[in-house]
Amino acid sequence: MPLMERLHSKDLIGLEGITREELELVFSTADTFREFLDRPIRKLPTLRGKTILNMFFEASTRTQASFDLAAKRLSADTVSVSKKGSSVEKGETLLDTLRNIDAMRIDAVVIRHSAPGAPLFLARNTEASVINAGDGLHEHPTQALLDMFTLRGEMGDFKAKRVLITGDILHSRVARSNIFGMKAWGAEVVLCGPKPLVPEEFRAMGAEVSWNLVEEIPKADVIMALRIQNERLSESYFPSIREYRRLFGITADKMALAKDGVVLMHPGPVNWEVELDPRVTEMVKTVILDQVTNGVAIRMAVFYLLMAGSKEEEDGAVA
Amino acid sequence: MGQLLRGARLFSPGDGLDEKRDILLEDGRIARIGEIDPKGHDLIELKGLVLMPGFIDLHAHLREPGEEYKETIETGTLSAKRGGYTTVVCMPNTRPPIDDPEGVRFVIKKAKEAGHAKVLPAGAITKGREGRELAEMGLMAAEGAAMFTDDGSWVFSSSVMRRAMEYASAIGRTIASHPEDRSLSGNACAHEGPLSVKLGFETAPREAEDIAVSRDIFLSGLTGARLHLQHISSTGSVELVRRAKDVGLPVTAEVTPHHLLFTYEALESYDTVYKVNPPLREEKDRDALLAALSDGTLDAIATDHAPHSPFDKEYEFPLAASGMIWLEMAFSALYTFLVLPGKISLERLVESLTTGPAGVLGLDDLGRIREGAVADLVAWDLGKEWEVRGLASLSRNTPLLGKVLKAKPERIWVDGKDGKDGKDGNEKEF
Repeated sequence: MPLMERLHSKDLIGLEGITREELELVFSTADTFREFLDRPIRKLPTLRGKTILNMFFEASTRTQASFDLAAKRLSADTVSVSKKGSSVEKGETLLDTLRNIDAMRIDAVVIRHSAPGAPLFLARNTEASVINAGDGLHEHPTQALLDMFTLRGEMGDFKAKRVLITGDILHSRVARSNIFGMKAWGAEVVLCGPKPLVPEEFRAMGAEVSWNLVEEIPKADVIMALRIQNERLSESYFPSIREYRRLFGITADKMALAKDGVVLMHPGPVNWEVELDPRVTEMVKTVILDQVTNGVAIRMAVFYLLMAGSKEEEDGAVA
Repeated sequence: MGQLLRGARLFSPGDGLDEKRDILLEDGRIARIGEIDPKGHDLIELKGLVLMPGFIDLHAHLREPGEEYKETIETGTLSAKRGGYTTVVCMPNTRPPIDDPEGVRFVIKKAKEAGHAKVLPAGAITKGREGRELAEMGLMAAEGAAMFTDDGSWVFSSSVMRRAMEYASAIGRTIASHPEDRSLSGNACAHEGPLSVKLGFETAPREAEDIAVSRDIFLSGLTGARLHLQHISSTGSVELVRRAKDVGLPVTAEVTPHHLLFTYEALESYDTVYKVNPPLREEKDRDALLAALSDGTLDAIATDHAPHSPFDKEYEFPLAASGMIWLEMAFSALYTFLVLPGKISLERLVESLTTGPAGVLGLDDLGRIREGAVADLVAWDLGKEWEVRGLASLSRNTPLLGKVLKAKPERIWVDGKDGKDGKDGNEKEF
């Protein structure tokens, strides 16, 4: 296994600034683990003796399970803390939380938090590796890595391919991480949805911005639909579900305009009949469940690349 | 018998004064300026120092009563004095808020006991700063309230604001407004721009400020009342203030040191020390603020000194408290980072800390060096370098900790009294 290399940081906070070489390293590592997951005995001793803390300050089933499974497949011990809301509601500052982590001698922390920057704050103040499992509207790097890994499995090198991301971009950390990652890989990224949810500020991140889905669908090689949350409706980001579905939903009539071989993705959970018409999944290649399996392999790769080996080896590898 | 200060360069741009003269202080006032016979007076040599009027801060949070763990009137005014301020207007968003005459009396009494800088309390416009019913502005003014503001929240009802302005103008007081339309800014913790959207912050556009500024200016036109706009931070607000002044409305405006020195690029670190309200904006806003300060559109630099304990700041960015402390190093930082590199003139900097804010308050004999004016004076060593540490404030929320700044006050007089406090065992006497 080509696993002597390392990522440039002890943490994975986001994909902003990641290089194509680093992405290739993550994907080739994940290839190995992905193959291994199809074997009858799916456990490796790689991280035996290491402890990983899953800290989820926001509800999550799939992501938390995926991280937990990835850790266990690598023989790491895992501790999970699920707390709704923030540390502040417990009367504890994030720094207090951090001091507790250090006191527990944890090797890596997986954190999901409603506040952007919370994982970075932890990373700066602890020796443990910090892996961002989603921070507010900021980033969700492992989701984007698994999206790209899935795409790579489906299409091979998707460099120069046109990826259309639809829906609530403004409130999506998945979109932000995918923009950074896919741009670093060399793909084109187009964002489409109602203008209040797809503001022009995203152009500064290297993405194209469109408010007309019918125009964009025929040009896309990949379509990724993001979940629309009902609360956006009450906040007046768009007028009705009916109108959203008509203008921005990935419906059968719109997909009829798509290229042959277009790949449809969704980071889940799907709000069927809002952003995605179930009939569409019968029309084109969808990879939604592959995304879930690949999630475990990607998270194993991330744990491995950040945690395996001793500190001395790591320093040697960097040099 | 008075105190004869000799050898200093007298620098008071508001009085057109910049020359080496003797100055005699008697009975808390400046008795004479010129060639003065030292006989019968205490002679104080200030050779090599620049004597300026004591500064006036229109906007400080002294946190007392209610949040004495962040700051007290004693520590806040000591910080002020060490920063060259002789007068501080403190904001009423204490716990409980200063919205009645008893509150005003309490603050003034505490400030007198502390005996550092003078404190002029700002009273709340509305009871509980809730924006609904007028607070007892007349009774508060009688106790010494210098202006009225619901700082921290904008009086959302245009009708309540109209009545407040009418009422305040009849008792000769300025209404100061914290311009922020919360129906647009919502839960935002950052200025809206490509960087903050990328970083995943909930953001608010400049227009949340501009809309509020615009309404308040119209109401000043309607009522004829003096309106002071607090911590102006956007290109649009600057333009609105400029136009209001062009048509002769009695509108004044202040800017904070942080909006003159920093931009929202600092948020890339997610460091909560840079969380302030209004939020740090973009380079073009900072440029507009500097230009407006230079051309006089902005009347005053007001610190918005906002002490917070580490406990208030160590939260996640959206939950952390807003604001930074300034009193002890505002002038030094502005001198070091804006005057020395030639971004603003020393004249405009000093005006915006002296005659500028005095004009906002309608106090003609403060912030001046002229015969008959109140003897609030500071002798500065403009060349002296010092490191920001060991601050008198109870709080440490400033990005300047450990930084080396130029300019340090060597002596200070408040109402003609030599401002030694004996509490600083270091190199300073006061």
